[in-house]
Amino acid sequence: MDLLNALVALLNFVVVPATAYGAQLALGALGVTLIYGILRFSNFAHGDTMAFGAMVTVLFTWLFQSWGIGFGPLPTALLALPIGILGCIGLLLLTDRMVYRFYRAQKAKPVILVIVSMGVMFIMNGIVRFIIGPGDQRFADGERFIISVRDFREMTGLREGLALKTTQGITVITAVIVVALLFWFLNRTRTGKSMRAYSDNEDLALLSGINPERVVMVTWIIVAALATIAGVLYGLDKTFKPFTYFMLLLPIFASAIVGGLGNPLGAIAGGFVIAFSEVTITYAWKKVLVYLMPEPLEPDGLVQLLSTDYKFAVSFSILLIVLIFKPTGLFRGKSV
Amino acid sequence: MSESLRNTIYFAIVALLIIGTGMIQSWNSALFILNMGLVSAIMALGVNLQWGFAGLFNVGIMGFVALGGLATVLTSMPPVGEAWAAGGLRVLFGLALGAATIVAAAFAYKRLDPGRTQTLVMVAILVVGFFVFRYVFDAGVEAVEAVNASTEGYLGGLGLPILMSWPVGGVLAAGAAWIIGKAALGLRSDYLAIATLGIAEIVIAVMKNEDWMARGVKNVIGLPRPVPYEIDLQNDPSFVERATSWGLDPVIASSLYVKFGYAVLFTIVLVILFVMAQAALKSPWGRMMRAIRDNEVAAEAMGKDVTARHLQIFILGSAVCGIAGAMITTLDGQLTPTSYQPLRFTFLIWLMVIVGGSGNNLGAVLGGFVIWFFWVQVEPMGHALLSFLTSGMEDGTPLKNHLLESAAHMRLLTMGVILLCVLRFNPRGLIPEK
Repeated sequence: MDLLNALVALLNFVVVPATAYGAQLALGALGVTLIYGILRFSNFAHGDTMAFGAMVTVLFTWLFQSWGIGFGPLPTALLALPIGILGCIGLLLLTDRMVYRFYRAQKAKPVILVIVSMGVMFIMNGIVRFIIGPGDQRFADGERFIISVRDFREMTGLREGLALKTTQGITVITAVIVVALLFWFLNRTRTGKSMRAYSDNEDLALLSGINPERVVMVTWIIVAALATIAGVLYGLDKTFKPFTYFMLLLPIFASAIVGGLGNPLGAIAGGFVIAFSEVTITYAWKKVLVYLMPEPLEPDGLVQLLSTDYKFAVSFSILLIVLIFKPTGLFRGKSV
Repeated sequence: MSESLRNTIYFAIVALLIIGTGMIQSWNSALFILNMGLVSAIMALGVNLQWGFAGLFNVGIMGFVALGGLATVLTSMPPVGEAWAAGGLRVLFGLALGAATIVAAAFAYKRLDPGRTQTLVMVAILVVGFFVFRYVFDAGVEAVEAVNASTEGYLGGLGLPILMSWPVGGVLAAGAAWIIGKAALGLRSDYLAIATLGIAEIVIAVMKNEDWMARGVKNVIGLPRPVPYEIDLQNDPSFVERATSWGLDPVIASSLYVKFGYAVLFTIVLVILFVMAQAALKSPWGRMMRAIRDNEVAAEAMGKDVTARHLQIFILGSAVCGIAGAMITTLDGQLTPTSYQPLRFTFLIWLMVIVGGSGNNLGAVLGGFVIWFFWVQVEPMGHALLSFLTSGMEDGTPLKNHLLESAAHMRLLTMGVILLCVLRFNPRGLIPEK
């Protein structure tokens, strides 16, 4: 019985939240890694792209809510999501047209593009704060829990409860669908194959008649969709606040690099590695250990390895370790 | 137009802008802009060393500046005897154990043959070391933080004059730069950017949470000052007499006097650093740096150790940022970790260097002044612009209210637009590199 209780506590406080967070990071890291593979620079504006897509979604969610349109037990935001994606696609294609294309034609060094993306980040951040303000915005509605703690206890008779939030369920399901679609697209369709070819060897791809502008455009469209979905899922799970999306940049980059920049599979693995390490290292293990240890050995303290304020330090340390020992990442990215 | 004439005109315009602020707004705000302009120019010099000389992209300037700020507390605040007695040594011993663990792990990694034993020994050292470290450290921290929690609860500093903290700030920043540089230099340029972004966040997180060190978010107020206090000046009859003889109110005169004192100190530091940076740029070492920046492969073929040189200049530039950080905190008279925003302390500095002219020290200094001036003045200008644009709308409509409220966010937008425009249309900046 104690073992079961420990297991449930572990699931409730570590595995479930980390899986949802990992899925969100993975979606974000996929966007970063795709841009890196095709456009060959680290996009610092990615966090704010997520914020922009999420903002459009939030605005339309409010509109739908005011019209009384709902989505039953699911959050209305899912209905507004396609519109958010469209808005984000529009923004990214516009930025590409107005900003990045010039540097592509010039064949500018990647570091210049990074600085440029920083400028874009400023502007997007400014736009988002200008429109929706810097504060917290709530837009989640519908059923809050798939299983609540009390239901679970009544069902099983255990002392520990397991809560599964609707948003967590949606996050994982959406992430699986999106990733499956993305891999199908990259591996099975003509456009996807041309994207991979372009990413592997630009000159060879150009020689075989692949239109680079088209590849870039498709990349931005996919990135916009991924960023918006990641942003909305994160916002549903926590709350929407423009600054947190800037702060997400570090774990997202860490995920992409840990997995190997430019490698989509690595981005997903990296997202979960980072999420699970962050949660396990900053979780107070007392609750689980109480069930596992004999009475006299029970811990007095919280048995928390690091306070939650240091969760960025965790992603950063993993990043440093990977950079020192295996700079190409776990899945052999393209860069050294 | 000759080059020196053009540069003179640029600086004359900046001087006019600041004097104009003094005439129209107040001399107090003009001196404030001047002082922060001087510090900004120093930070821009540091970043210019990294970016302009070596092409290194540092996105963590905020972290190095914050370390400088921390140095002021650690150097100049009087030590809290009670806290030291309660657990000061225990904290230090804990930290020493932590450092020893890392050194031991690194030693094991180097000495043992690669393989499973190596990994196991390393992990074992780290895990055991971590728990021992936490056991010793946590109790010490608890004891220290319990001492007069509302006013003290930290170890205090060394009680040295605050001017000493400026070089100390440089040393702290240099140490952090060494760690980052060791890990991320020699890899792709983007990696350094990401690693520095991370270290900046962590430095701020540590400063916010480690209350035993500098009181965290409870802030350390009342740092010692290198210049006299206003209230002392106002009570000094000879000062009051001189102020009235100049036709000034003693209260205003005292505050101007203090700000002017800072301006003199800051100018001295700026001139010293500027002369050093110029000398470095003109020396064989500076030529080598630029050669490496322009073509790493060729420089490496000539036998230059690119990674080591990069590490060197990265540390130097970060140290300059650390010095500037200590100066800012000295000027503020208090350490508030929450005031460190990446926008203000990282991206703004980048803008200064790029607008001023990357690779040119004079350009960096000019950029520091110009961008700081606009950073201060954009908000009122944005307000004026939006009030003008919305003047046709009816009062009290939600849209108008929203627009007026959002004027504060105009800064971000303006800075981004300026950055993109300069990069695209004038990438060499106001005073280009020769």
